[in-house]
Amino acid sequence: MAPMTRYVLKRLVLLPALLFLFSVAVFAIVQAPPGDFLTTYVATLASSGSSISAEQVEALRREYGLDRPIWVQYLKWMENLAKGNLGLSLEYQRPNAELIGERLVLTMVLALLSFVFTWVVAIPAGIYSAMHPRSAIDYALTLVNYVGVATPNFMLALVLMWGAFAYLDMSVTGLFSPDFVEAPWSVARVVDLLKHVWLPAVVLGVAGTARLTRVMRANLLDELNKPYVTTARAKGLSEWRLVVRYPARLALNPLVSTIGWYLPALFSGSLIVATVMNLPNIGPLLLRALINQDMYLAGSILLIYCFLTIVGTLISDILLAWLDPRIRFEEGMR
Amino acid sequence: MTTPVLRVNDLRVHFFLDEGLVRAVDGVSFEVHPGQVVGIVGESGCGKSVTMKAILQIVEPPGRIVGGQILFQKDSGAAIDLTRLSPKGAELRAIRGAEIALIPQEPMAAFSPVHSVGEQIIEALTLHERQWRPRGPRLSRAEARSMTVDLFRSVGISMPAERIDAYSWQLSGGLRQRAMIAMALSCRPRILIADEPTTAVDVTTQAQILNLLRDLQRQHGTAIVFITHDLGVIAQMARYVVVMYLGRVMEQGAVEEIFHAPKHPYTRALLKSIPSMNVPPRTLLPTIAGSIPHPLGRPRGCPFHPRCPDAIPGVCAERVPALRPIGSTQLASCFLYNRDEASEP
Ligand SMILES: Nc1ncnc2c1ncn2[C@@H]1O[C@H](COP(=O)(O)OP(=O)(O)OP(=O)(O)O)[C@@H](O)[C@H]1O
Ligand code: SF4
Ligand SMILES: [Mg+2]
Repeated sequence: MAPMTRYVLKRLVLLPALLFLFSVAVFAIVQAPPGDFLTTYVATLASSGSSISAEQVEALRREYGLDRPIWVQYLKWMENLAKGNLGLSLEYQRPNAELIGERLVLTMVLALLSFVFTWVVAIPAGIYSAMHPRSAIDYALTLVNYVGVATPNFMLALVLMWGAFAYLDMSVTGLFSPDFVEAPWSVARVVDLLKHVWLPAVVLGVAGTARLTRVMRANLLDELNKPYVTTARAKGLSEWRLVVRYPARLALNPLVSTIGWYLPALFSGSLIVATVMNLPNIGPLLLRALINQDMYLAGSILLIYCFLTIVGTLISDILLAWLDPRIRFEEGMR
Repeated sequence: MTTPVLRVNDLRVHFFLDEGLVRAVDGVSFEVHPGQVVGIVGESGCGKSVTMKAILQIVEPPGRIVGGQILFQKDSGAAIDLTRLSPKGAELRAIRGAEIALIPQEPMAAFSPVHSVGEQIIEALTLHERQWRPRGPRLSRAEARSMTVDLFRSVGISMPAERIDAYSWQLSGGLRQRAMIAMALSCRPRILIADEPTTAVDVTTQAQILNLLRDLQRQHGTAIVFITHDLGVIAQMARYVVVMYLGRVMEQGAVEEIFHAPKHPYTRALLKSIPSMNVPPRTLLPTIAGSIPHPLGRPRGCPFHPRCPDAIPGVCAERVPALRPIGSTQLASCFLYNRDEASEP
């Protein structure tokens, strides 16, 4: 078997085991607060004036196995999950799958765009800086980077929103124009989304871009001193071609291994920005679910986080192995 | 006498460090004739590698060529001064790898670890295609591959077809060095610069590589600039030798003359420090008195004067001796052989 195939297979085998561990941990966490969620639910309903029949409560109790030992509850939850049933949100009175699904798509779109923004800007900027160290542009980029890293992104969001509102007379909150917020998906809605999504994507990407530029610059400066660069230069390659082909490629490797953290980080890190900019993504949903003890909603979101983290790590491991034969051979042979 | 393919004339390369100025190469001159092997010897840090990088204009910043000429004789007519070409320009890039090839000093890390060695050789072939084959169809991938296999075979790599797909870290030191030689020779350069090609390999491999270089040199008439610390290797390989110390040439000339009648005090000391068969075993080898000064604390006057047993008081510490002819092929920079210069005010 090719080393690459072996490497990927070995990673895939680990996947279910990791998911199991995470699911237990997540379950333990959402279970931790005193009282079960049905009690909270009945109390919530009572306080809002409506009520629920004793039979309905009993049915829910049975569905989630709340009268049974804790491990049965866990198994019930798993069973429901396996069937694609993420449970019902108490607060929203809607299936969790529906609530999460819609926001998950928007979160992914946002994450992907800000990821693309980060890499498309940071990698060339880092390469330029490293190729022209101590040049005016390098100093300028360094300054911009420090500001970018040091500015909290919600602050940036506020400033941009204020700027857009005050000078361009644009309202840039949310991901849709008012007409489209509740509309079903259509081409027009996608276009509307694209019109709105770039600003939050940039806001969310700025700090990451600044950091990535610095790391790329530092990595490349290290690589540029390596003998293989001298060899490539002595061969007669032009400077750009040789930098892109050799040292930049090697400088990228350690960065590729961080791609996997990007998605979960964006999920959780974007909470304040999402709140400030009124973004319908998953961060605020999780926060509310936790506050209201909406435990199966919170549990489902956390589990999806974990899944994305694992998948993200897997993707970056595979990318890294694909880019770097040393890893491919070493790991594949073990 | 043939016209030299390469003439280095009073080359100066300085490093502008924050801590001060390092005059790594400070007035080096020598010539390389077509098909000749020129050996360059000198202790570690005397500027051998920097001189070679300067010839290709690939000295890394903060290093810079600050003076002198590097005259390269093109196939057609006039010699060009490489120091006048832009280091990033197309004209110089067409010379690098194609006309003057370098086997760099660090064979461990001289290949990219994430590209197969074959790929890196194919790249050189494709890059300079129009130079080693001015006419004919464009080089196809398959043809480049088979040429690389042939190159591997010609430098004595067994199973060449498999080996070209290997990564450098999968090859032994000896094989890696052979692959590097294959790459350097791929575009049939007229000058091959080999920077200590045998220091990182064992003695048997060293002998094989030296034989290989000598054979290739005879076959293709490539001029070789051969750098080493090892005077024994010079004696085997070179016709002509340049002895460097602290960025300057101390003495140069035909190998027989230098070895049998060294004139410069530094060359004499260097020759005395090699073990000889005639010395009884376990005697202490004579070493050169004192130690090499720190790169930032270069002595004034003759760079060797703090360690020189024959230093002339009031002269050697004050002024720098120029490289002057002292025999049929021999040149030395020492006031002992130039009393006129020494007695000038
Ligand atoms: N990148 C650099 N930055 C600063 N100084 C340098 C640099 N490269 C070389 N030097 C200086 O140039 C001097 C000569 O270095 P060089 O590599 O040419 O020595 P060498 O004769 O090749 O030695 P060795 O036999 O150890 O390879 C060194 O003493 C060092 O101080
Ligand atoms: S010039 Fe003076 S110090 Fe230098 S080698 Fe000759 S005698 Fe010695
Ligand atoms: Mg060297």
